[in-house]
Amino acid sequence: MGDLIYAIELLTTGVFTGLMYSMVALGFVLIFKASSVFNYAQGAMTLFAALTVVGLMPHLGLAGSLLATVAVMCVMAVVAERIVFRPLMGASQLTIFMGTVGFASILEGAAQIVWGTKPQGLKLDIPVEPLKFGELLVSRQDLFAAAVAGVFVGALVWFFRNTRTGLALRAIADDPAAAQVVGIKLRRVWAIAWALAGAIAIAAGVLWGNRIGVHFAMSLIALKALPVLIIGGIDSVAGVIVAGMIVGAAEALGEGFIGTYIGGGVQDVMAYIVALLFLMFRPSGLFGQSTILRV
Amino acid sequence: MASGSAPESLAQPAQRGGVFLSTNVIALGAILILAAVAPAVLSEYWLKAILIPTLIFGLAAFGLNMVTGYAGLISMGQAAFMAVGAFAAVIAYGRFGVPIPLALLCGGALSALIGVIVGTPSLRIKGLYLMVATLAAQFIIIWILQRVPWTGTGSFATLNTPPVRIASWNLDTTADRYYLVFSVVLLLTLFGYNLVTSRIGRAWMALRDHDIAASVMGISMLRYKLLAFLMAAFYAGVAGGLVVFCWTGAASVQEYELEISIEILGMIIIGGLGSVLGSYLGAVFILLLPILISFAMQQLTTLIGHSNVSAAVLANAEHIVFGVLVLYFLVKEPHGLARLWKRFASWLDAKRG
Amino acid sequence: MNQLEPRLEAVGPSRAWLAAALLAVSAAAPLAAIAQQYKGEIVFPMMVTRTGPFATAATGVSSAQQDYFTLLNMKGGVEGFKIVWEECEFEYKVPRALECYERHRGKWKIVYPNSTPVIFALADRVTKDEVLAINLAGGRADSTDGQTFPYLAPVVANFWAQATSTIRYIAQLEGGEGKLKGKKIAYIHLDNDYGRQPFPMFDQLAKQYGFEWKSWPLSWPALEQSAAWVEMARRYRADYVIGWLYGQSCAVPFTEIPKVGFPVEKYIGSLWCGTEDDVVAAGTRANGAITANYHSVGRNYPVIQELLEKVHKTGKGNLETERVGSSSYNRGIITAIVITEAMRNAIKTYGAPLDGKKMRDGYRMIKLDAARLKELGATGMMPELVFSEKYHGGMDAQVFQKWDGKQWTKISDWVRPYDDVVQAQIAESARTFREQTKAAATK
Repeated sequence: MGDLIYAIELLTTGVFTGLMYSMVALGFVLIFKASSVFNYAQGAMTLFAALTVVGLMPHLGLAGSLLATVAVMCVMAVVAERIVFRPLMGASQLTIFMGTVGFASILEGAAQIVWGTKPQGLKLDIPVEPLKFGELLVSRQDLFAAAVAGVFVGALVWFFRNTRTGLALRAIADDPAAAQVVGIKLRRVWAIAWALAGAIAIAAGVLWGNRIGVHFAMSLIALKALPVLIIGGIDSVAGVIVAGMIVGAAEALGEGFIGTYIGGGVQDVMAYIVALLFLMFRPSGLFGQSTILRV
Repeated sequence: MASGSAPESLAQPAQRGGVFLSTNVIALGAILILAAVAPAVLSEYWLKAILIPTLIFGLAAFGLNMVTGYAGLISMGQAAFMAVGAFAAVIAYGRFGVPIPLALLCGGALSALIGVIVGTPSLRIKGLYLMVATLAAQFIIIWILQRVPWTGTGSFATLNTPPVRIASWNLDTTADRYYLVFSVVLLLTLFGYNLVTSRIGRAWMALRDHDIAASVMGISMLRYKLLAFLMAAFYAGVAGGLVVFCWTGAASVQEYELEISIEILGMIIIGGLGSVLGSYLGAVFILLLPILISFAMQQLTTLIGHSNVSAAVLANAEHIVFGVLVLYFLVKEPHGLARLWKRFASWLDAKRG
Repeated sequence: MNQLEPRLEAVGPSRAWLAAALLAVSAAAPLAAIAQQYKGEIVFPMMVTRTGPFATAATGVSSAQQDYFTLLNMKGGVEGFKIVWEECEFEYKVPRALECYERHRGKWKIVYPNSTPVIFALADRVTKDEVLAINLAGGRADSTDGQTFPYLAPVVANFWAQATSTIRYIAQLEGGEGKLKGKKIAYIHLDNDYGRQPFPMFDQLAKQYGFEWKSWPLSWPALEQSAAWVEMARRYRADYVIGWLYGQSCAVPFTEIPKVGFPVEKYIGSLWCGTEDDVVAAGTRANGAITANYHSVGRNYPVIQELLEKVHKTGKGNLETERVGSSSYNRGIITAIVITEAMRNAIKTYGAPLDGKKMRDGYRMIKLDAARLKELGATGMMPELVFSEKYHGGMDAQVFQKWDGKQWTKISDWVRPYDDVVQAQIAESARTFREQTKAAATK
């Protein structure tokens, strides 16, 4: 019985962690959906957003600083569009990717200059003691994070299906030229996509900040988003959630059950092993459209 | 998108008779001569901290250019391949006494083998998906190197290289090591240049630009894709071996993290995809720039005066300046520095001719 | 200098001449004073990390050293020589560190990167160039042996001493080594040079005292520890968890510990998680955290008070005054004390100008015993350190401290390592190293 409880706890821990990965991956999905660009700067944006929230909190309180950060991220979106996308419009995907790498470098430097390099704590006032279901322990923090992730995903799915901008985004992702012919303003839509990605970065940054503190290494969490994207389908919002849970669960269970036999440390590669398996057998992921980029 | 497909004719008789050496040739000659006499002219610092790593990374970048620039297969695993070469070389030499040239080959060969394995998904997927597959390879390879005990790392996760010696030649001085690096790089670059200008190179470019048409015409996608990965990994592996023998003198897994793969990718994107020159120009840009910025900041600090806040700010400002410059060059010439050079060289030729 | 120049107002000619004469004299005086004040300069390059994940603690250590140098300069310098430092930022990356090293080649007096990976990478070069490279409480544990490693030094408690001292502390908590039998100790750590060095110590002590231990390696940055904690607490059911983490990963356990219901007082972090910056990010969850340390924290030491008075109150501090007395600050001061003692010894023995070899010899002459520490005002803050040709430091005790949300407080006495076990390991490891390098050299 003990082992079963242990397995379930491992599973729930993993799933909740996975949902946190999904939060970050959502930002990537958004920008990819809008412009077919992999935004390497998403991690830096998450860090920047988290630092801004924490930095403003003593002055404006949590709600106030969240709102202010939204404004900041919108400004950042406009800036990004102007210095990364507009000049590089028409260039190859790889070049634009490198552009986002450059942008990430700028953001990281700027974030640390403005807010300093001191690690900050970000505390959402959620009690620390876990909930007890019989022998099972479930963390309240994780539940909250899961709820937030769920809300965001729901909102985004609704956005893409039901709003004009959402439809415009999907149109652009499908065929940028045709979309422009129909009258969709590419740059405006891109700016909106980046702004949304910024909002997601705030949510992800706050949730992760609550979990691991706000500091530089946060931008590395973003890399975990890649396997999530592959497994879920790089352009599917719903897929991101499911994939995140799969990645998290695989990590935790892998660590717990395989790791003990080979000396541990499996957690970090599990995500990529699962992603590789998907790439071999189902590259479009769980929910992605299978027309994209298959040979 | 490609630059540097066919070689420029090396010498054309000018209208007035005689041989007109294009700017390209002159520049190449000058660089070769300078490189050959570098140890006599330049200080230790320049050799050890600038030239040697630039040559080594240039070699790795050239390898990556073959698979990503010429063949169009995006690979994020170049650093991991370097790591394989580094560890293989240091173990071959340190533990089994394999002579250095052979140890370098071992490193390259093992790396090439792994490169082929990593490249197999390219038969079914491409673009971003292939990129993620190579990314997975990057993580998994590094993880294996770190965790598997036979690498001998045990509780010290770094392998130090014993004193470097080829036959009776003791590579003690920086000049010695520089010459080893230079000769290996020269050799492999010549070989690679021939490769990319040959039928194989053209097949790669056909794959990149018109892959379906290419396969219809009978070009075996399988063979050429795997060959591209093989060569890229081989070059990376040899570069890794050079790192342990001629540069850091140790094989340490943390020097080959994802960050480095992205750096090398950055080198060829900025330097020029599908260009031999571009690989090296890109290496110079990516490696030299932070140092130049750091020097500039140092001068700035002495002007402003010692203040710790400034120090941290200036250090971070390096990141900003770097990012800005990357963006600037990308915008200015999306086809890379090699194209910029080409434009300059043709302009100069026109002026002279 | 400008404050010395009186503003020249329109005055009559004779008064103008008088003013000019006074001006000349008053300007010359400080110049002469400065010229007389120092016999010369000691250029001291420093490798620093001011950006990236480890910046905060590292900045504390570097800037604190500079504070101490400033203080000494105010008092006439080291044996009359002014210390002039030059920073080189290497972002905690090995290739950049190598470049920094080459950039200042020939000027290095002592190399202190505050990074174990860099020490490994530099080991060959510093040995060849004859410059001492130190890494307090880090680097290679076996570099305690000054004969096998003439140019490396751990200065204070090396990793093996730290590991055994922590085990001894656990034994103390349990009521004696006899009570260790059958206990389970989980070891969560970074999977690199730093995190793996304690392995042989745990192996031996486990055999000796009958406890069980298991390793949970994490790849850097080790921010995701939830699965490991579920395992350690709920399945392995560890009695104690020893953490060997660094940087931001130090704060993560405090989020995971309450989730799995593990008692926070049974989690003991290594001294590399023992600075304020390492736990601040976890907020109140880190209250009750216990880590090791090789020195004492706080401002209650004459030397720290002097720094506050003379350096910070006069606005010459190199970092924010609130950080004075923090763990990273005091580590910087201890480092600076060691470095300047070496300088002092080197100048007294060899005279200026200094180079790497003279500094190394000066280091070996260091005798920071009780009397000397009292002179320097550091009694109780740092252990006594006496080095020699054979002993480069490293066999020191640890003290354990608890975090209460605002500061670290000592909760134990100095806990010595198991000297015999550590010495045996050093001898063994040094022997292997000598064989390996000799074997390769004769191939």
